[in-house]
Amino acid sequence: MSDYRDEDPRIHGIRTKIRVVPNFPKPGIMFQDITTLLLDPKAFKDTIDLFVERYKGKNISVVAGIEARGFIFGPPIALAIGAKFVPMRKPKKLPGKVISQDYTLEYGRDRMEMHVGAVEAGDRALVVDDLIATERVGAEVVECACVIELPELKGREKLNGKPLYVLLEYYPEA
Amino acid sequence: MSAGTNEDPRILGIKTKIRVVPNFPKPGIMFQDITTLLLDAKAFKDTIDLFVERYKGKNISVVAGVEARGFIFGPPIALAIGAKFVPLRKPKKLPGKVISQDYILEYGRDCLEMHVGAVEPGERALVVDDLIATGGTLCAAMDLLERVGAEVVECACVIELPELKGRERLNGKPLYVLVEYY
Repeated sequence: MSDYRDEDPRIHGIRTKIRVVPNFPKPGIMFQDITTLLLDPKAFKDTIDLFVERYKGKNISVVAGIEARGFIFGPPIALAIGAKFVPMRKPKKLPGKVISQDYTLEYGRDRMEMHVGAVEAGDRALVVDDLIATERVGAEVVECACVIELPELKGREKLNGKPLYVLLEYYPEA
Repeated sequence: MSAGTNEDPRILGIKTKIRVVPNFPKPGIMFQDITTLLLDAKAFKDTIDLFVERYKGKNISVVAGVEARGFIFGPPIALAIGAKFVPLRKPKKLPGKVISQDYILEYGRDCLEMHVGAVEPGERALVVDDLIATGGTLCAAMDLLERVGAEVVECACVIELPELKGRERLNGKPLYVLVEYY
C-alpha cells in the first residue's frame, strides 16, 4: 500500500524533491536519487514523520537499515519510536560475529550481514529500504518501509506476503 | 575539545556502550564498534542530543556525513537543527555530477565525492563521522566543502583516538568529540 491515492499533503513535496538520473549506474536504469530530498530539511523531516506516525506506539523494538541509504532513513525513525537501530552491511564491514544472507540481484548475487545478538527472538522489526536476515533469528518482520517503490519491477511480490509501506510510486514515462 | 572533560552525565552511558573489537580489520587494531551503542535507544538518543545541543541555533545549514557510519549520526543531527544533510561517498556511488577529493591512508589512497550543487558558497557546515583516527578522511571531507565555498564550522565525532593525532591534522579546524579512547 502507498499513500499515493489518499495523498497526505506532504507527499507531493517529497515526490518533487527526488531527482531521477537516467542511465545510472547502467544504460536503461532511471536512478531514483534521494540526495536531493535530503537537501530540503522540511521534505526530509516530512519523510521521517510519515513513517514515525505510522509506526509509533506499535511496539516495534528494531529498525533494521541496509547499507548505505538505509542508514540515512532508519536511525531517525528508530530514535523517534524508541527502537534500536541495526545496520545490515556488506560483507566484512561488521567487526563482530555475524550471520549472513545471500541474495540474488538482477545480474548476480550479493550478501548482507548482521551482528549476532543485535536482534533477539521475539523482537518486532521494521526493515527500512530492503529485505534481510532478521527472520532467521526468530524476530517478526512487521513491515518493510521504503520511500520509493518501482511497481513495474514487482518487488512487492518477492516479499512473500510481508506488508510493504511506501510513500511514493515511480512509473517511467512511456 | 571533548565532552569528556566536564563530563556530562550522559557520556559515561555512551562510552560503556561502545564495544572494542581487537584485531579488526587487521592485527593490532582495536576497533571501536558503535553498533552496540545503536542497540541502546537511550544512549543513541543521548549521543544525538549532545551534538544537537551544541549546534542548534548556530546558523548551521549543512551537515555533511562521511559514508557509511557518518550516515547514521549525521541525519538525526541535521533533522534536529534544521540543516540539510549531504552524504560524502566513495567513488561512483553518487549518480549526479560530483567533485572528488583524493586522500592518503596508512597504506594507499582513497577518494571521497560530493554532489555538485549540494552545498553553496557561504553555507556554514558541520562534518560528522563516527570516529576520528589519523584525520585523513575528515580532511578530505573539509576540503570538499571548502572547495565549494562553504565554511566548515566544526568536525564532530563520537570517538577520538588521540594518539593518532588526527586533531592536529585538521589545520586548526575545531573538533568536538564525546569520547576519547586510549
